[in-house]
Amino acid sequence: MKADPKGVLTGTHTLSGNYACAEGALAAGCRFLGIYPIVPALEVSQRFLDRAKEVDATFIQMEDEVSVLAAVLGASWTGKRSMTVTSGPGFSLMMEHLGLGVMLETPCVIVDVQMVGPGLGMPLRAAQADIMQARWGSHGDYEIIALAPSSPQEMFEFTIKAFNLSERFRIPVAVMSDAYLAHLEEKVVIPPAEKIYIEPRRYYNGPQNSYLPFKRDQDFVPPMVDIGQGYRFHVTGLTHDDRGYPIMFEECQEYNVHPLVKKVRSYADKIVEVQEINTEDAEVIVISYGTTARAALMAVEQARASGIKAGSLKLVTVWPFPEQKVAGLAKKAKAFVVPEMNFGQVVSEVERCSYGNTNVFFVSHGEKGVENTTDIVAAIEQASQMKKTENRVIEYEGV
Amino acid sequence: MKLWRKPLDFGKIKVPRGEIHIFKDRCKGCAFCVEYCPKDVLEMSEEFNAKGYHPPSVKNADDCVECHLCEMLCPEFAIFVTLKEEDKETIDVTTEKGVK
Amino acid sequence: METKQIVKEEIHPDQSKTGGVHPMDNLLRMDRMPHIWCPSCGIGIAVTAFTAALEKANMDPNMVSIVSGIGCTGRVAGYVKLDSFHTTHGRPIAFGTGIRVANPKIKVVVFSGDGDLIAIGGNHFIHAARRNIDMLVVCVNNFIYAMTGGQVAPTTPLAAYATTSPYGCVEPPFNIPYIADSSGAVYVARWTTLHVRRLTNSIAEALQKKGFSVVEVISPCGMYYSRINRLGDGLDMMRFYHDNVEIRHGEDTKNLDIGFQTKIICGKFVDRERPTYMERYNDYISRVKGA
Repeated sequence: MKADPKGVLTGTHTLSGNYACAEGALAAGCRFLGIYPIVPALEVSQRFLDRAKEVDATFIQMEDEVSVLAAVLGASWTGKRSMTVTSGPGFSLMMEHLGLGVMLETPCVIVDVQMVGPGLGMPLRAAQADIMQARWGSHGDYEIIALAPSSPQEMFEFTIKAFNLSERFRIPVAVMSDAYLAHLEEKVVIPPAEKIYIEPRRYYNGPQNSYLPFKRDQDFVPPMVDIGQGYRFHVTGLTHDDRGYPIMFEECQEYNVHPLVKKVRSYADKIVEVQEINTEDAEVIVISYGTTARAALMAVEQARASGIKAGSLKLVTVWPFPEQKVAGLAKKAKAFVVPEMNFGQVVSEVERCSYGNTNVFFVSHGEKGVENTTDIVAAIEQASQMKKTENRVIEYEGV
Repeated sequence: MKLWRKPLDFGKIKVPRGEIHIFKDRCKGCAFCVEYCPKDVLEMSEEFNAKGYHPPSVKNADDCVECHLCEMLCPEFAIFVTLKEEDKETIDVTTEKGVK
Repeated sequence: METKQIVKEEIHPDQSKTGGVHPMDNLLRMDRMPHIWCPSCGIGIAVTAFTAALEKANMDPNMVSIVSGIGCTGRVAGYVKLDSFHTTHGRPIAFGTGIRVANPKIKVVVFSGDGDLIAIGGNHFIHAARRNIDMLVVCVNNFIYAMTGGQVAPTTPLAAYATTSPYGCVEPPFNIPYIADSSGAVYVARWTTLHVRRLTNSIAEALQKKGFSVVEVISPCGMYYSRINRLGDGLDMMRFYHDNVEIRHGEDTKNLDIGFQTKIICGKFVDRERPTYMERYNDYISRVKGA
C-alpha cells in the first residue's frame, strides 16, 4: 500500500528529530495523536497540529499519560493509525496500557523521547535508560518491538517502520528516541508518496456470525475489524479464547499468552534489523544504537585508520534483540565494545548473547559523549590489546 | 382492584392476557418477579433447577396482564412474557417498542 | 487448540417450557448465560434497562460501542452483543474518549461501577465531563467494591461496614450526580434498579442526548454490601428502595447525598445543552485553517 500523498511532505528539509517524527507519522498515515505534555517530546505535537487540518487528523491532549495510551488504543480500534509521544516518567505511567495493548493485540506506536532519570531526572538531557523498560516494563509475559533511530532522517524512516511493524504484528511498537536527537536539526530527505511503503491492516471480510476475533492465522496474527462494521465483537484484557470471551483455566497460559510471545519470537529473523560495517574481519566490534551510534561509527573509522581491525554493528531494532547475530559475531571477534548513554542496559544483553565467547567492554557516557569519540576509541584500543580467551567483562574507566 | 362503578369504556378496552416463559436454568432464585408482580401471578416453586435454585412457577396463569414487569425486573434474563395467541388479533398493541 | 476443549464448564441448555426466544436475544450474548453475577444482584436489571433503551431510542446497534472497566459491573461488556471492550481498571472513559474522538459516528457507552469510575477513574470522569465528550456513562452504584470481596468504595456511606472498614467507614462518600453536574455533564439522572421503566426511559433519553451524560443506577449487592451490613439480601434492599426513594426531578445536586439507610433521592437532575468536544474542535480548526 502506498502512502497518502496529503501526509507526505516530499522534498529536502532541515528538521529536528521531533519534527521528523511528526512528519514520519503523518507520512505513515497516522491520523490520531494523543499526548500528555512532557518536555523533550513537545515539538512532535506542535508539528502534528500544524498539519492536522490538511490530513484530517484528530488530536487530543488527555489529563495524564495513563489515559493517553488508553485513548490511543481506543482510537486504533476505530481503524485509525494512532500514536503517542512521551518521555521517561510518562512511559512509566503507560506500562499498564502497554500490557493491555499487547493482550488486545492493538497496533499503535509509542515514541519515548528518553531523558535522564530516574524520578524527575533531567528532562532536557538525553539518556538511553528506558531500553530495558520498553521490554520488561509491563507485568506479565509479552514481547515488544523497539526501534532506535540515530538521526532525524532515521527518526522519519523508523516512525514509518514502527507503524508498519505494529500493523503487521498487531502489537504496540516503541520508538526509542532521546532528548538530544529530539532537538538535533539535520537534513531530512522525504521521498515522494509512491516510494513509501505502508503496511495495510489485515482485515477480516467474512460473515458476522463466523467471526472469531482471536482465531490466529498460521503466522499467529489474527485479522482485525473496526468498530462500527457490524461484527459486534468482544475483546477483553483477561485471558480469552478465540471468541474473545474471558476464560480462566490453567491452559490459558499456553493457549492465550504463549502465542502473544511466539508472534514476535517466531518472526524475530524478519523483524530484527541491524547495520553492519566491516564486521567480516573485525577483531573489535562496536555494538551501538540510537544517538550513541553517531559517535560509535566515527570511532570505528578512526580506529580502522589507526590500524585496528574495528567493525560496527548498529542496532536498528533493539527489541527483539539480535541474539543470533551477536552470538555469531562473538565467536569471531576478540571483543565487543558497547557504548551507551546509561549505566548498563543493552550491554547485559550483549553479554548474555556472547555466551562467554568474548570480552565485553562497556563504555558509559553522558550526553557529551555523543559529541566526542575519545572514550570509545580508547576502549577499542584497549580491547584490541586483549586476548580473545580472556573472556572478561570490563566497565571502561576512562583515559 | 375493586372499582366503585363500571368504567364507561368497559366494552371497548380489552385487557391483554400474557403467556409467561421461564428459562428455569438461568434463574438464581432472587424472587424479584414474585414480589413485584402486580397481579400475584407467580410464586417460588419447590423444584430445583440445575444450579440448585428454586425457579418461579406460574400460580394464576389467567391473571397475567402482560405488563412485562417481571421481564424487566429479572436480573438473569430468565423470564419473559408474550401476548397470548388468541389476543393478538383483537388487541391493538400501540405501546412503544421496548417498553412493553 | 479448539475452543471447545478449553471451555470446561457445562453450558446448560435453556429449558424454557414453552420454548421461545428472549426479546433481548439479539442484543445479549445468550451463549454466555447464565452470567456470573450473584443471585439478587441488580446489575442484570441495569443491563435489561439498557438493552430496552437501545431499542426504544432506535439506535443502530452496529454503531454503538460499549466499554467497561473492571469490577462486577465491568463484566457488562462481555454480555452485551455490541462492539464491546473490557479494559483496565478505571480507564473505560479514557478508552471511550479515544474511540469517540477518532470516529465521531460511533455512540460510546461506558458501563461501569462506582469504584471503577469515581475512585481510580475519577480523574477521567471529571475531564470527560469538562470536555463534554459525547458519550453515555451508566454508573451502577452498589456502594462497595464487590468483585474483589467487599472493600470500601468512595460511595460507601459513612459508618457502613466493609471488609476494609470493619469498624465502620470513616470516609464521607462522594455524591456522584454532584460531581457530574459540577464537572459539566449535560444530563445527570439517578434511578434505582426498582424503577426499571423510568430507568429505561432515562437511558433512552440520554442516548439521544449530545454530550456527556451520566445515569447513576443504585443497585443492591446481596452478597457483600447488604450482607456485611446486616441488611438482608437483594430483595430486602429492593423493598428498602420501594419505601425510601423520593423522586424529585430537577433537584439541586448538592442535596443528593446518600447516608447509611437514609432516604435516596432519584430523578433527572440536569438536562442542558453545551457544545461537545468534537464540535468545538472542528469549529475552531476551521476558523483558523479555513473550512
